[in-house]
Amino acid sequence: MTLDRLLTDYAERFKEPRPRARPLPAHLKRLEAESIFIMREVAASFENPVMLYSIGKDSSVMLHLAMKAFWPSRPPFPFCTSTTRKFREMIAFRDLIAQKLGLDLIVHTNQDGVERGINPYASGSSLHTQVMKTEALRQALDTHGFDAAFGGARRDEEKSRAKERIFSFRNESHGWDPKNQRPELWNLYNTRKAPGESIRVFPLSNWTELDIWTYIAEEEIPIVPLYFADRRPTVERDGQIFMVDDDRTPLKAGEVPVDRVVRFRTLGCYPLTAAVESEAASLEEIVAEMLTARTSERSGRLIDHDESGSMEKKKREGYF
Amino acid sequence: MSSTASSTQAAPAQAAAQLSVRELSAAERGVLRFITCGSVDDGKSTLIGRLLYDTKLLFEDQLAALERDSVRHGTQGKNMDFALLLDGLEAEREQGITIDVAYRYFATDKRKFIVADTPGHEQYTRNMATGASTADAAVILVDARKGVLTQTRRHTFITHLIGVRHIVLAVNKMDLVGYEQARFDEIVSEYMALADKLGFESISPVPMSALNGDNVIGRSERMPWYSGPPLLAQLEALDGSEADIATAFRMPVQWVNRPNLDFRGFSGQVSSGQIAVGDEIVVAKSGRTTRVKTISTADGPLPSASAGDAVTLVLEDEVDISRGDVLAKPDDRPELSSQFVANILWMNEEKLAPGRSYLMKVGAQIVQASVKAIKHRVDVNTMEQTPANELALNEIGFCELTSNQPIVFDPYDAIPEGGAFILVDRYSNQTVAAGMISHSLSRATNVHKHAMDVTQDDRSRAYGHKPAILWFTGLSGSGKSTIANLVERRLAQMGAHTYSLDGDNVRQGLNKDLGFSDADRVENIRRVGEVAKLFVDAGTIVTASFISPFKSERDLVRSLVKPGEYIEIFVDTPITVCAQRDPKGLYKKAMAGEIKNFTGIDSPYEPPESPELILETTNEPPEVSVDRVINYLREQGILSVSGGATAGYSI
Repeated sequence: MTLDRLLTDYAERFKEPRPRARPLPAHLKRLEAESIFIMREVAASFENPVMLYSIGKDSSVMLHLAMKAFWPSRPPFPFCTSTTRKFREMIAFRDLIAQKLGLDLIVHTNQDGVERGINPYASGSSLHTQVMKTEALRQALDTHGFDAAFGGARRDEEKSRAKERIFSFRNESHGWDPKNQRPELWNLYNTRKAPGESIRVFPLSNWTELDIWTYIAEEEIPIVPLYFADRRPTVERDGQIFMVDDDRTPLKAGEVPVDRVVRFRTLGCYPLTAAVESEAASLEEIVAEMLTARTSERSGRLIDHDESGSMEKKKREGYF
Repeated sequence: MSSTASSTQAAPAQAAAQLSVRELSAAERGVLRFITCGSVDDGKSTLIGRLLYDTKLLFEDQLAALERDSVRHGTQGKNMDFALLLDGLEAEREQGITIDVAYRYFATDKRKFIVADTPGHEQYTRNMATGASTADAAVILVDARKGVLTQTRRHTFITHLIGVRHIVLAVNKMDLVGYEQARFDEIVSEYMALADKLGFESISPVPMSALNGDNVIGRSERMPWYSGPPLLAQLEALDGSEADIATAFRMPVQWVNRPNLDFRGFSGQVSSGQIAVGDEIVVAKSGRTTRVKTISTADGPLPSASAGDAVTLVLEDEVDISRGDVLAKPDDRPELSSQFVANILWMNEEKLAPGRSYLMKVGAQIVQASVKAIKHRVDVNTMEQTPANELALNEIGFCELTSNQPIVFDPYDAIPEGGAFILVDRYSNQTVAAGMISHSLSRATNVHKHAMDVTQDDRSRAYGHKPAILWFTGLSGSGKSTIANLVERRLAQMGAHTYSLDGDNVRQGLNKDLGFSDADRVENIRRVGEVAKLFVDAGTIVTASFISPFKSERDLVRSLVKPGEYIEIFVDTPITVCAQRDPKGLYKKAMAGEIKNFTGIDSPYEPPESPELILETTNEPPEVSVDRVINYLREQGILSVSGGATAGYSI
C-alpha cells in the first residue's frame, strides 16, 4: 500500500469511527486512558498548549492519542516540529499526515544556527544538539508563547527521564531543576505557573518501548517506513551503521556506501541516529525482535553518550 | 418509583460486569504498581536491580554503563552497584542517596509491573508520597540485622495514610544473620504490632537476600523453614487497582467537547462505578438530572463505560455542565459541602498557617480553601497524636478546612479519586500539601442551609438594578479614578446604589498594614475583592479603581462573584502617556529610583487578556468613556431591571 493510501485510510477512521474487533489488552487500555486524561487536563488548563511532534514512533502514538482524546473535536492545539536534518522519508511522512488529518503544523528551524553553519559533522553532536534542538525548541516556544508543550519522552528511556514528573515545570529560561520538582500526587496535576514560565508534559511517561510497539500493532497506527527492515545504502563508523540519506551526508575518505538490510529502532536527526541490521519487516517481527533484544533503543542515539550525565544536563538547559 | 425500577435493572448488569472482570483477570492480571521503601542501606535499589536483572530487563549497553559507573561512583567494591541504575540524577550519585522517585518497568509472563523506588530520608517524604499515591502495593524493606526502625514506621504510616492496600514486608540481608528463622519471626512480630491496627488488606512477610537472590524470584534452599512464595510470586498474586465497578458511579468533567453546533459532549475519565446508555445521571452540584444519550469514543459508541475508561458522554437534555462538575447517579450522590475534615501531609518549607487561603484542586474542581483549625498532628515516627497550631515540612495533621464555594467530594476511604486533593500556594504556585478528605463537617448536602431571609435578588428588585463590580485596572495615571468617579456620579444621578473603592480609602484603613511588595499587592487586592463582594451581596454597584497588575488576582476577584457580576474595564493608557501626565509626580520619583516596585517601571503589569471593556484615554475624552461604560451596563441588563418597589427612577 502506498503511504498516501495508508494515511488516507488512517484519516478516514477519525471521520467514521469503527469499533475495535477485540478489546485492547487491559494494561494498554489503562495506559491509553491515562494519556488521554493528561491531554484533556492540559487542553482545559492552559491557554496556549502545543504538541511537539518529532515524527518518530512515540510521536505517532502521541498524535494518535490526541486524535482519540478530543474526538470528535480536533486536537485543540498545534503541532510543532524542529530541526532540518531529518531523514527524507520522515519529512515526507510528516507533511502527508499533517495534510490528511488537517493538523495545524508549525515547522521551526533555528535560522541563526543554519546561518552559522552548525551541523553535526563539523560541529560535533553536542553543539549541534544544543543549537539545532535545544535552542530551536526554546525559540519556537518563545516565538509562539506556548505555555505548555507535550513531549513524547518515556521514563524507561533513560535514567534521568525515569526521575521526571509527568508535568515538568520549567523556569523562564526553560531549565529543569531536578532537585526541586513539584510533588505530583494521584492524577492531580498542578498546572499553575507564573507568566513566562512553562510546563512540559509527558503523556507517555509510563509507557515502555514494548508498550509502544504493541499499541502501534493493536491500533494499526501508521509509522515512518524506516522502522521496517529494508535494503538501504549505509556506511559503518565506530562500529555503528549509518544510512546515507542523500548528498547532505559527506562521505569520509575511502568510504563507499554498502547496501545492507537495516532498520531503525529510534529516529532522530540522521547523522546522529544509527541503524541496526535486522530482517524485521513487519510489526510482529519487530515485537519478536524486541523481546530478544540485548541492547536498549537509545544505544543508537549518539547524543545520550557524548558526555556523562548528558541527558540530565541537556534537560536542565531546556531539552526535552 | 423510578429509583426502584432502575435498581432492579442495574442488578443483572452489575453481575454481568463483575463476571467479565473475573474472566479478564484470569486472562491477564493487568499492571501492578508498587513502591519500594525502607532505610538508606536496606537494599531497595539492590532489590530492584536484582528484579530487573533476573527478569532480563537490563540491556547489554545498560549493563556496560552500570559497570563503568560502578567503578566511578559505586559503593560495592568491584561488584556492580545496582543503586546507580536508579539514582539517575547527578546529585544522587554524588551523595549516594535517593532524592526523588525513580520509575522502572518490568514484566513477567504473568503480569506487568511499574515500580517506584522512593527515597528513604525524611527530608524527601513528599517524594515518597508522590510514589505512594499511585501505588497498589508497597514493598517495605527491613535490614534483618537492624529490625524495625523509625523509617520503617514512618513509611508504613504514610503508606497507610495514602491508602496503599497491600504490604510486602521484605526482611532483607538474611544472609548476614545466618538465615535464622528466629530473627525473621522476631522482626515480623515487631512489625505486625505496629501495622496490624492500620487496616491493610494484606501484609505478607518474606525472608530474603536481594544480593544473593534468595527468595526474590526463586525459592531459597538456604531457608527451608520458610514455606511461603518468594517475593516476585507474591507480587504476581496481588490485586491491582483494576476497575472498581462495585462502587458508586462518578465522573468528573474534564473538558467540554464542542466541535460544532450539533455535538455537545462531556469528556472525562470514569473514576468509579459504571454507567450505561439510558441511565439517569445527576450533576452533583446543581442537582439537575438527565439521561445518558450516547457514550462516544473514537472507537465508536459504547453501550456502557466503567471505572478507568476515558469517554465522552452526550446527554439527553441541555444541562448546564462545565469543567469541574461531577456526574453521579441520582440515588447515590457524592457529598457537597464547604466545610470538611481531612488528613493533610504538608510538603513545603514554609509552614502551614491556619487561616491562610490556598488553591485547592479536587478532581477537576479548583476552589480557594483554608485550614480553619488543626485538630491534631500525627507524629509519623510514633503515630502519636499531639495538639498543634501549625504544620512544618513533612508533618501530617488532621485538619478542618473551609472552601469559598462548596465542593463535591467523597470520603477518601470510600472513593479515593473523590477525596484526594492538593493545595497550591497562590503566589509561588508550589504544591504545598496533599490531602485526603475524611468527612463533611456540616453533613448537609444543601449548602444554602443558612440562606438569609432577604436575598441578593430581593435587594436588587428593591433597588431597580442588578449589583456589579466595575473593576478599573490600568497603570498609575491612566485615568482609572477619574473615569470611575464620573461613572459613579452618573449612576447616582440615575438613582442607583453605588459605592467606590480605591487606593485612597482602602490603603489608609483596611489595608494600612500592607506595603507594595508583590505579596502585599496580592493581599491588598484580595481584601478589596472580598469587600467588593460584600457590597455586591448588598445589591450595590461598586466601582473599584486599582492598578491591580496581576492577572491572577483580578481573576481571583472575578471568581468571588457570580458570572456577569465582575466587569473588568481596562483603562489602556500607554506608559509614555501616563508618565507624561504624572499627576502625582510618581513616575519622576520612580525613574529616579526613589520609589521601588513601581508598576511599569520596575514591577510588571500584566494587561488583561479578555476584559469586558477597553477604554483608550489617549484620544478619547473621559465623558465618552463614561458613556461606553453606561451603555455596556444597559446591554448587560444591569441597569434594566424594572418594577423596583422603592426605586423612584427608571434606569
